[in-house]
This record gives sequence, structure tokens and C-alpha cells, in this order.
Amino acid sequence: MVIFMNNDTYKELIKEVLPKENKIKNGIIAFTVGGLIGLISQIIVSVLETYLKLKHEDATSIMIVSLIFIAALFTALGFFDNLVAKAKAGLIIPITGFAHAMTASILDYKKEGLVTGIGTNAFKLAGSVILYGVVSAYVFGTIRYLFFGG
Amino acid sequence: MTLKFDNVYVKEVSTVAGKDEKEGSFGDLYDKTYDSYYADEKTFEQAEMKMINDSINILLDKSKVKLSNIDVLIGADLLNQVTSHAYSSVELNRPFLGLYSACASMCEEILVGASLLQSKEVNRVLCNVSSHNMTAERQFRNPVEYGAPKPKRSTYTVTGSGSILLTKEKSNIKITSASIGTTTDLGIDDCYDMGSVMAPSAARTIYEHLNDTKTLVDDYDLILTGDLGVYGKEILIKYMKEVYKIDLKNKLEDSASIIYDRNKQKKVNAGGSGPSCLALVTYTDVINKLKSGKLKKVLLVATGALMSPTMNNQKLSIPAISHAVTIEVIK
Repeated sequence: MVIFMNNDTYKELIKEVLPKENKIKNGIIAFTVGGLIGLISQIIVSVLETYLKLKHEDATSIMIVSLIFIAALFTALGFFDNLVAKAKAGLIIPITGFAHAMTASILDYKKEGLVTGIGTNAFKLAGSVILYGVVSAYVFGTIRYLFFGG
Repeated sequence: MTLKFDNVYVKEVSTVAGKDEKEGSFGDLYDKTYDSYYADEKTFEQAEMKMINDSINILLDKSKVKLSNIDVLIGADLLNQVTSHAYSSVELNRPFLGLYSACASMCEEILVGASLLQSKEVNRVLCNVSSHNMTAERQFRNPVEYGAPKPKRSTYTVTGSGSILLTKEKSNIKITSASIGTTTDLGIDDCYDMGSVMAPSAARTIYEHLNDTKTLVDDYDLILTGDLGVYGKEILIKYMKEVYKIDLKNKLEDSASIIYDRNKQKKVNAGGSGPSCLALVTYTDVINKLKSGKLKKVLLVATGALMSPTMNNQKLSIPAISHAVTIEVIK
């Protein structure tokens, strides 16, 4: 005769044993690191505006491109994944996470060919960000156009 | 389902391991270690193939048996299509069986090998298991450079390969019985929590093995599970007590919990995992202790989560299987 524990009773049992993730600590780390990225970005924008007399839009674009470049470079150099693991969501949520996700996928598949490897898999992780980014831009853009006049 | 054997002996074992394992608890006991995940090869998958061939060659050297005298080669790893062994077996050029039951493969191999030895045509069976942290990570989770934060309950795939040579020729160490486990699923679908997925299957296999062989926990010097991790081990003890009324007492040890130095190697979280986890502990420390007489009778319980990312995305829970092997010292 086979004896089992009821699925729900088992869930209770494992709950007693499994360690709790320290969500508050993780949250604070992510908040601080994410905030620091924001601060650095603001400094870049302010410096470009004040000293190079760039327009606000141009300064913002340069800041975004710089962050993407730095994240991609650090991923390629092989240590960004360690930072991500330590910073929790702090480095994944900003634009650095997007760059990192793409570079990580590309590195992973570079030995499998330009098309079948890199081409097919570059957006493996980042693809959903693009897809849902476009979808939500469309939805909210429409709402804004209809109700607030563009 | 338990099979009994009377003519299966362990002639020799060998292990090779990666750098994280070298820094772990049994670092000095491995026959060969590699400082890089690439092991001087171009890709991680090719590195895993190299580890398999190295482990088998070391085994043949140690046992002074020629490759041409191996009747059957059995291989198991974590990759789709048992890729690492399928490709390695070309070079080895011997009759080959590829098996898969995830991390429960080591005991499955031994019980298949031991069963093959019952036929008069087969005299020597070589079983090898391998796993590689990076190849497993790529296949089951994220690209390796992604480095997403992992929860404390997660385990870390062991990089390494272990081989065992089973023969009919008498030696001090004998495989006396083996149990074929039954797939068990208690509805856990968390792909980071393999310990909870596998613990009920380990409990069931241990219970059936003890029943079938009419033995008690006290008859064993050690009951060694594969890769439950520290929390999975605790769950197994509780589950065994509540469901089967069996106290595993201080006889239970878990390879995943001891293979790394968890105080120093924080990244492994709850411990090791992968088919090599049990192999790297058994084919070093346990075999040494059996040889020196510190252990006499050991029950090996290889635990496997039969996880498929596809089915996991389809919201199905993860089935688990465990196979057991009793290994004994004879005079």
C-alpha cells in the first residue's frame, strides 16, 4: 500500500522548514542601488546641460546610451552578473537591466552562430520588455490622446 | 521494486571536479580538478564532455582495465538528449546506454549495470555521471552571465563527473540490492525548491527499500541522499516521521549539504545539486570509508527532480523520482 501526505498538509510542512527571504533587506538594497543609478544619471544630465550647454532631450539620450553601454561592457567583462546578484532588483529594473539581459543572452549563444545563436536568442530575456513596452505605450498613448488631447 | 544481487562488485571509482568543488569539503579527494569552467575547451558543453572522458580514462588507469574490456558503458547527465554522454561515447567506441532520471541517475545506472551483469555475456560495466553548473544553468534557467539573485532554498549544480566500474570479479565492496523508485508528485511547482520536490520521493524509496530488504534504519551505517539540500534534508526527516513513522536519527546525511563549505561558499545557498553531487561524495569519501572499514553498509538514495522548463511554464508541478542502492563491505 502506498501512503502519501496530502498535498496541502505537505505545503504546510515545507513552509515550517523553508527559510524566509529577507524581503525588507532586499528591498532596501534594491531601493538604494536603484536610487544611486538615478542619482548618477541625474548628475550626467546636469553636467551635460551645464557645461556642454546641451538641450535637455539630448542630454537625457546621451545619459541613457552611456548607461546601456556601461552595463553591456561590464556584462561582457564578466563581473556584472555578480553585481546583479548582490544588488537584487536594483540593477535589473533600471535601463542597465535591459542592456545586461541582452548582452548576457548574446554571450551565452555566441558559439552557436550569428543567426542561429545570437540572432535567435538575443531577445530571449529582453524580448518581453520590448513587446509589453510597445503594447503599453500604445494603450496609454491612446488613452492620453483620447482623454487629454495628446 | 527491489532487486537483489549476489555477483556485483565495485572494482574502482574515479572523480573529476570543477573549481567550486575543489574549494569544498572533499577538494583533496578528487582525482583531477579544473580551474576553469571551460576546462581548456571552447564551450561549457565541450568542457563537460572532456570531464567525462577524463574521468573514464582515470578510472581505466587506476583499475588497469583496457577500454576494449569494458562490455557496456552507461552514461547519464542533465542535458537534453543526454548530449554530453552521447557525444563522448563516440570517442570511447564501446556499446553504450544513455540514461536520464535527472539527479537520480547515479543509482539508476548502478542498478541497470548490476542487472546487466546478471547475464553471462557481460562481465564489466562502466557507469559515468556528469553535470556542469553552466550547461545546466543555460538549459534549465537563464543565460549564465545573467546572474539573477537566487533564493536561499535554491541549490547550486555541481560541476564534475564520477565513474564506477562494476564487475563480477570479487572485491571488498559489493552492491547487494537496489530499488527502482516510483515517480512521485506532491504538487510543488517551485523550480528553485528542488529539496521540497524530491523529499517525498526519497522517503518513499527509503521506506520501500527497507520493507523489501527487511532491514531497519539501524542496520545501515549511513543513509546518503543525493541532492536534497539542507532544507530538503530537514523536510525528509519530518516527512519520514509523519508519514512512515520511521526515525532516520543520525544515520541520514545529504551529499548536497556537505559537498560545499557552505559557510564560505555563500553562493551555493542550500547546497549542491545535479547527478554528480552524490557521485562526487560517494566515489571519494564514502568509498574511502568503506575501504578503511569506517563504514560497513551504506544506503545510497539518488534523488531526482524530473523538471522540464516547458511543463513548468505550463503551470504543472514537478515530478520527482529516487532510486536506491545498498553498498556493503564484505570480508
